[in-house]
Amino acid sequence: MKAISESHYWATNKNNSKENYQLSPFKVMVRKEVSDHVRSWRFILLLALVVLTFFASLYISMSNIRATFTNTNDPDHAFFYLKLLTATDGSMPPFHILMSFLAPLLGITMGFDAINSEQNSGSLTRLLAQPIYRDNILLAKFYSAMLIIATLFISLTLLMIGGGLFLTGVRIEPQEFLRILAFALLTMVYVGFYLSLSIMLSVAFRHAATSALTALGIWLFFTVFYPIVVNLAIRAFLPDAAYLTQSETMAYNELILSIMRIAPGQLYSDAATTMLMPSIRSLGPMSMEQLSGAIPLPLPLRESLLIVWPQLSGLLAGSIACFALSYYLFMRREIRS
Amino acid sequence: MEPIIDLKNLCKSYGSHVAVDQLNLKIPHGEIFGLLGPNGAGKTTSILMMLGLTEPDSGSAIVCGYDATRNPIEVKRKVGYMPDNLGFYPQLTGLENLVYMARLNGLPEKDIIENARRFMELVGLKAASDKPASSYSRGMKQRLGLAEVLIKKPELIILDEPTLGLDPNGVKEFLELIKSLQQEQGLTVLLSSHHLHHVQQVCDRVGIFVDGKLLATGDLPTLSHELFGNTGVETSIYLTQVPMDADVLKDKFSSFPELNSLTISGVNLQFNTTEDITPKLIRRLIESGLDIQAVSQKQYGLDEIYEKYFEKNTNLTPEHESD
Repeated sequence: MKAISESHYWATNKNNSKENYQLSPFKVMVRKEVSDHVRSWRFILLLALVVLTFFASLYISMSNIRATFTNTNDPDHAFFYLKLLTATDGSMPPFHILMSFLAPLLGITMGFDAINSEQNSGSLTRLLAQPIYRDNILLAKFYSAMLIIATLFISLTLLMIGGGLFLTGVRIEPQEFLRILAFALLTMVYVGFYLSLSIMLSVAFRHAATSALTALGIWLFFTVFYPIVVNLAIRAFLPDAAYLTQSETMAYNELILSIMRIAPGQLYSDAATTMLMPSIRSLGPMSMEQLSGAIPLPLPLRESLLIVWPQLSGLLAGSIACFALSYYLFMRREIRS
Repeated sequence: MEPIIDLKNLCKSYGSHVAVDQLNLKIPHGEIFGLLGPNGAGKTTSILMMLGLTEPDSGSAIVCGYDATRNPIEVKRKVGYMPDNLGFYPQLTGLENLVYMARLNGLPEKDIIENARRFMELVGLKAASDKPASSYSRGMKQRLGLAEVLIKKPELIILDEPTLGLDPNGVKEFLELIKSLQQEQGLTVLLSSHHLHHVQQVCDRVGIFVDGKLLATGDLPTLSHELFGNTGVETSIYLTQVPMDADVLKDKFSSFPELNSLTISGVNLQFNTTEDITPKLIRRLIESGLDIQAVSQKQYGLDEIYEKYFEKNTNLTPEHESD
């Protein structure tokens, strides 16, 4: 090591002036986190999976678009770009259904070791010894991941619209564009929920493996086991439908749907389907009286947004609750590794 | 001038375990202060409270003029801290790790890369600047940690076990660098270590920590005096022949107020004195016509002081390396 007197190591720092460009610590952390995500193999693999899924479902939709477009029995047949995301020949589920599986994985992958890996490696103590607010670390982790997710989905959306325009020459209607944009935003919120959940678990558990397995367990429970449990409960506790009046049947159906909507995947599927299929008029059971006289026309965007507002609020509330809990846990956390 | 670190009745408990108990400590500007104590003594907890990274149960920690609990950001702006468990981002190079920390400290973007390269050179990591931090040895990580601490130009440096994992040559260079920083830049350094010998080499004062309590603070002679009273220095003088009359010989030294005792066993004269008066003793022996064969002296060092404090307060063996 050289003697300190050999050169003026801080000479330039002494000349600090307001004109000197400085980044805020939050921006510095976000930049570093984004760079880490982009360079990590697990993100690259998952990104490839999402992009492949997107192009595969787009290819299948394009292959069947003629039949779909000319099917006048389908009230949504005229929405060419929406059909690109929803039409399928049965060989693989449409993109929005696939996303209800892949989006949680994306969120979990980007957040399960956000805090605990830093704590275990000892870098968290170093980081917190710098003049930065503790909550900025948590916020930077969330913000950077959301930035990447937003970039990914907006790019995919624009790619789809551009590809559709290029291949078919069909002009996109503003309403279609807004619906697709709303679907992309909805998907971001859905990924954000699982991201927020996995960050919370990374604060709660010391080991990254524990937080990853817990997050995957929660995802599996809501995706696979929760509908089974609800079905079993319905069979065990609900009376035989043959002995129920119409209003009682409606009430029970509402109850079942409400229970199902505890699952974030259900909220996302409901909202995504409504945004991509303008003909959907309600997400709950409807009586024949309600349906009679209704004109079979697609709903305007505003009406569809009103229908999905509770679902969107539910997902946002879940994300905020998880983030608030991680904030609470992290701020009280002893940082010694 | 106000002390750079002023801790008053600082307490911290984890459940029923008292980590730090009524810690009172003042460290003036420009001093190298060593915190000594076994694992779990409360050194790191005290350091974390000084940085505002752990909230004390009671008491106050004023560091660089700011209350560490109420204004931790200002404290962290002025303090460079190197933790014992140094972890760097393995995917980034050493230089990138340093640049990242410099940016977090708000250093002007214009000079960051240039400054970072200078500090990499200062700590002897110029050649390894562009290698990933994951490939760094423990010693290289310690050096990178020091560069990270220095690049923000702190007023106070807190080093938690800084010589851990360094080879003897690395330790020597590291301690020399710390000493030169203190002398040339006027930095204050708080250093916690088990390596008593290292602490003794560079520290102006030391504090001995046992079971969450700071038992003593001071420079070595003061601590030695506190512990061993008037038996601070032991001098053995070997004569060429056995003295004729022991009582006559003892009378020749009775006028020395520093002398506690004189034991004569054959040719060996053992003097216990409150301070080092060896030249006076030799002169008196020569004046008495006695020939001296050899002189040896034992002064109580940090090892003895530390062990004595530890024995007084616990029944355990202190954990340290007295290399």
